[in-house]
Amino acid sequence: METRTDRVEPLLRELAPRVLGSIVRRFRDFAACEDAIQEALLAAATHWPREGVPDDPRAWLIRVAARRMTDHIRSEAARRRREEVTASLDDDAALAPDDDRAHERDDSLALLFMCCHPALTTSSAIALTLRAVGGLTSAEIARAFLVPEATMAQRISRAKQSIQESNVPFELPTPQESGQRLVAVMHVLYLIFSEGYTASSGSELQRVDLSAEAIRLARMLQSLLPQDSEVQGLLALMLLTDARRAARSGPAGELISLDQQDRGAWDRTAIAEGVALVSAALSKGSVGAYQLQAAIAAVHDEAASTAATDWAQILALYSLLQRMSDNPMVALNHAIATAMVRGPEAGLKAIDALASDPRLAGSHRLDAVRAHLLERAGQPGAAIEHYRRAAARTSSTPERNYLLTQAARLNDSS
Amino acid sequence: MKYILMMNTQKGPYQHESWPEKAWKAHLAYWGTLNAQLEASGELVSVEGLTAPDQAKRVYAGKDGKDGKPITDGVFPETKEFLAGYWIVDVESAERAYAIAAQASAAPGPGGQPLNMPLEVREVMQSAARDL
Repeated sequence: METRTDRVEPLLRELAPRVLGSIVRRFRDFAACEDAIQEALLAAATHWPREGVPDDPRAWLIRVAARRMTDHIRSEAARRRREEVTASLDDDAALAPDDDRAHERDDSLALLFMCCHPALTTSSAIALTLRAVGGLTSAEIARAFLVPEATMAQRISRAKQSIQESNVPFELPTPQESGQRLVAVMHVLYLIFSEGYTASSGSELQRVDLSAEAIRLARMLQSLLPQDSEVQGLLALMLLTDARRAARSGPAGELISLDQQDRGAWDRTAIAEGVALVSAALSKGSVGAYQLQAAIAAVHDEAASTAATDWAQILALYSLLQRMSDNPMVALNHAIATAMVRGPEAGLKAIDALASDPRLAGSHRLDAVRAHLLERAGQPGAAIEHYRRAAARTSSTPERNYLLTQAARLNDSS
Repeated sequence: MKYILMMNTQKGPYQHESWPEKAWKAHLAYWGTLNAQLEASGELVSVEGLTAPDQAKRVYAGKDGKDGKPITDGVFPETKEFLAGYWIVDVESAERAYAIAAQASAAPGPGGQPLNMPLEVREVMQSAARDL
């Protein structure tokens, strides 16, 4: 049964960054503003379900948060005995009528750029983005990452402190910087998505769905920057990957590899949306890494089976991606695609060439891929050995269980 | 009361690595059911499995906190048993903690029979003072 809280909650989450942006623009002090917004959201979450949603919910939140900020500044000013600050606030300039809807888009963007600023560590940026832009509470974020609430609260307050200390401004980056800064924002959203996608099973019902949250934030970013084809690619990649979610694990949380998945369980609506997005992005001609990865995901999602997959196209896309980024994981996937097009021996040869890359040394993925290819090449003994080695090296329980299951299956039949 | 239930393993690779697929899957299913039960009863605080002992490192501060080589690689020959994983449960009594440990100990082995592994059960100390 839908409660009234069910309707209030999404509305608050959607309003959170817009209200925060507006308050930060007026009061500047990001850390204090962020606290004020959290209080305003809490007030709304308790009042609105009982008394009904106000006619202009955004204005309501801004009013409450601005009042908190004024109180905060007054008490700070009193503490420091600086009367002039209070005097300047008394003319109520800070609560002046709303002419700031025009600024809303810039404010939301500036907020994202601020939370994903390179001065922050990645884990801080992730936590802060989820709270300040996503409108989640520290407790919800803590549960999503399976860490104690106090730890997460501390992480968020350290992040806010770094923003203060590094003098990260609340403004849009200059055109010169904006490319690099957008890369950082997209990276943070992508990491939030991956965290949700690879999270182990467990008390998922009580956890915020981080993948869905990342998709929501990427949608917001896309609506703010509709012309950016990489942002489009990022959203497409998330949708096309998330579309396979229901099929990628079994009832006990065990991993199911792509070739074994029930493709009927894939989310066709998400696939259609992702394909449309990536096609639109690619047609603009400014190809980037997210668009290429989305294009690869689209080829998989549109195939009826592994055998019917257009591996030649996937190989070509990985070749492009490899030229664009010096990433060993891309090279590894390129090797897999090579094996699908030219046979397992060609893939194994490509992997041998990669084995000397120090960034892959000790990586369980290299062993796992090698095991798969050895199995396909008809060398079960060596395949078992590499499955087991990969299992010993991975730190993901579902992955380890999957790898040991493969080893056991081969061992049984040989 | 909180208890930690520690599952230890012998030196060398985890024994399940060479089991038949059916036995391995039954073993996994057993853990899945046990964890789901503990979660449903509200007794599960956390459950973690550790990576294999050959991934372990031993760390020392060294002289003055900087001398020598503070990090050594596993496996450590002098150690006979290694922690493989643990549960922390919040239960009404010590007996309940023992009962859960017994259930964990009975996880099925390669032939389907209970493994009867030893589980070490220790009460976790309270970090806050109890109300008087």
